[in-house]
This record gives sequence, C-alpha cells and structure tokens, in this order.
Amino acid sequence: MALDIDVSRRVGPRDIAVRIQSVAGITALFGPSGVGKTTVLNMIAGLIRPDRGHIQVGDTILFDREQSIDLPPHRRDCGYVFQDNRLFPHLRVRANLLYGRRGPIAINLNAIIDLLGIGCLLDRWPATLSGGEAQRVAIGRTLLSNPRLLLLDEPLSSLDGSRKAELLALILEIYRQTAIPILYVSHDERELSALNAHIIALAGH
Amino acid sequence: MMTSLSPEEWMIISLSLRISIVAVLAVLPAAFALAWILARWQFPGKLLLDAAVHLPLVVPPVVTGWALLLLFAKNGPIGSWLFDWFGISLLFRWTGAALAAAIMALPLMVRALRLSIEAIDRRLEQAALTLGASPARTFLTISLPLAFPGLVAGMILGFARCMGEFGATISFVSNIPGETQTIPIAIYAAMQSPGSEMLVARLALISILLSLGALIAAEFLNRKITGRKLDDGTRH
Repeated sequence: MALDIDVSRRVGPRDIAVRIQSVAGITALFGPSGVGKTTVLNMIAGLIRPDRGHIQVGDTILFDREQSIDLPPHRRDCGYVFQDNRLFPHLRVRANLLYGRRGPIAINLNAIIDLLGIGCLLDRWPATLSGGEAQRVAIGRTLLSNPRLLLLDEPLSSLDGSRKAELLALILEIYRQTAIPILYVSHDERELSALNAHIIALAGH
Repeated sequence: MMTSLSPEEWMIISLSLRISIVAVLAVLPAAFALAWILARWQFPGKLLLDAAVHLPLVVPPVVTGWALLLLFAKNGPIGSWLFDWFGISLLFRWTGAALAAAIMALPLMVRALRLSIEAIDRRLEQAALTLGASPARTFLTISLPLAFPGLVAGMILGFARCMGEFGATISFVSNIPGETQTIPIAIYAAMQSPGSEMLVARLALISILLSLGALIAAEFLNRKITGRKLDDGTRH
C-alpha cells in the first residue's frame, strides 16, 4: 500500500512541512527533537488539521484541502502508537486490547498476545505495568483495531538498551506478519538502520 | 433521647430526602451539560454564562426564592405557561421545594463537575478516536468514566446543599407540614414554639447524621473506584 503525503502547517513561528512518497514497507521520519515529527503524525491521524496539502494511504484519501476531504480521526483507521502509550487507566489490559477491535484483522488476538508476550498481563491494570509492558500492550491494542497504516511515535524512547533491541525485533516481526505499512518516527539513526527503513529527513527551519 | 422516630419526624425526614434526591437527579443532566460547556467550549459570553450559573451561590437565598415566586406564580412568565399547558403549579408544593433546592445546588454541582471534566486527560480521548471509537462512544466509555469521581462528589455536595436549603425554599413555597416543611424549616419552626427543644435537638442530630452518612458514602465509593487500580496484580 502506497503512502502519498504532502502537508504543511504553521505552528507558531515555524512551518512544519513534509512530503512522503513511499511504495510500502517501513518509512522512517527522522529528525532532531522539536522539529515537528509528532505534529506530522497528528496531521496524518486527523488530530491536527494541516493548512494545505493531501494525505493518501493506498486508494483512500484521508485529507485533501483542494477537494475539501477531511476524514475525522475515528474514520481514518490509522493505528497510532503514542510515545506515552496512552492506555486507558480505568480499563484492564484485556479491555484496553479489545477497545478498538474490528474484524477481519490480519492477525488474530491470540497471535498478537503470543507475539507481544503479554498473555500474563491481561487481568492487570495499566498503572501496574512497566514502561516496556505498557508499550507492548499499546502496540497490541493498535494492531487489533485493524489499521491501514501504523504510526509509531518514538516507541523505544521509554525503554532501556536490551528492551529497545527486543521491541525493534518485534516491530520487524509485526511488519513481516501483517504487512501493514509503518511510519516510524525517531531521532536515533541506529534504530532506523536496524529497521532497514526508507528514511525521510525532517529538517528544522 | 434517640428512641424511634415519631410519625411527624418521619414525615419531615422522608420529605427532606425525597426533595433532595429528586432535586439532585433532576438537575444533574443540566449541571453536567453546563460544566462540559464551561470546561470545553470557547465562545463569546462564556463569562456571562459562568456568572449566571454562580448567581444562586452569591445572591441571598431569600432573593432567589422571591425571584422563583415571581417567575412561577400563576400569572408569572413560567408559572402561567406551566398552568395553561399542563395544569400544574409548583407554588406551595414539594415539587417547588425541589426546584428551589435544585437551583441552589446547581452552582456547587457545576463547580465540582467542571473540575473533574477539566482533569480528563484529552490525550486519552484522542487515543480512543484513533482506535476507531466515534465521538459518542469516546464520551461514554472514556470521558464519562474518567469524570465519575467528580460526578459522585458533585452529587453528594449537591445533596448536602439541598438537605440544608432554607431561605429560597421558605420564601418560594412557604412552610407547609407534609408538603414543604423540610428538616431545616421544621427546626426553625420548632425553635419558635416553646417546649419543642427536644424536637429541635432530635432533628438537628438527624440532619448531622444524614450529611455525615452522605460524605462517608461518597468517600467509600471514590476509594472503591480509584483504589482498585493499584491494589491488585502488582506481582512481577
């Protein structure tokens, strides 16, 4: 599934602009902190409206200023894994996982639980999870919502060294099993080379 | 002193409870809507709406009661409409007492609800939307449960305010035993008649116990909701 994104938005004194044209696979949005990478993901997910441009995933136009198309976030099917995991604190892990569940999905619940190694966490409350556990649950929750595109916002930032390598391998495995295109945001070049990603550099102005 | 309640005392207490519970439940949707609007919307005149909601908190209750009397009298703007269309009048009825209590409780409830709505983490609502939940489902399954402690607090606060309501009630619906004579009004009336010291003391004690009970119930409920998320499953 191809990504065709060309958007910009003025945030304060800066212009945040990005152009992504990518056939499939893992695309990485790379740049220093504060350059607007998360803003780009928010525009794609529909949480922030771009000033101009268009966003197309496969055959579906999510946003097009000229054609006045602007799908609301709940109709965009963009699986967004936030940097701060955003698990629902009043729901147990199981209910969090199933919150956005929609079928038919590329990979079933048990396979996702096995893949992410979160079977023993299902009855826990999010407040009792470690950073790595919470991040894996957040990824599982997003995958179960059957997204057309996976947006990962620095998913390794809260993890320590060995956990980073583990989750990186997991992301590669998710891509291998589901073939959902991934847009991966990071400021760490080593992560990107490990993912063998198509890199889009976002420069500061 | 505390033997069983006399029929008269029981009538006063059950009337007070009925008026307060009906008032809180009836005003809750309006209080929540106002709190939501004040917490989330930006519009010209917001300050004015905020001030209007808080008016019953700062105006002397007697004045609020007098204003209700003007509005709901049979020839008043709302009262005549109610009477012509539905044949009902709130004057000197327990429903009028409930209305007065609801108006007096509204600002306190809006304040408590607004604080809890403002405390909702909006990033969680965004997460729900990206998971495909409609705005309505996001509201029901994320926003409302997260605001629940404030909802309980607001209802208890409102209930306590209704149970204590005196000035607006007595000037709007007067003091009619069995219809509008709530606990505070009965205490006041008994204080005016010699030889009723025991009735005053018993009613005063009961009102303290009821308020205390409401507070404890609220605290218990709140702990049960917020506490359980950290209590269990901490093993690693």
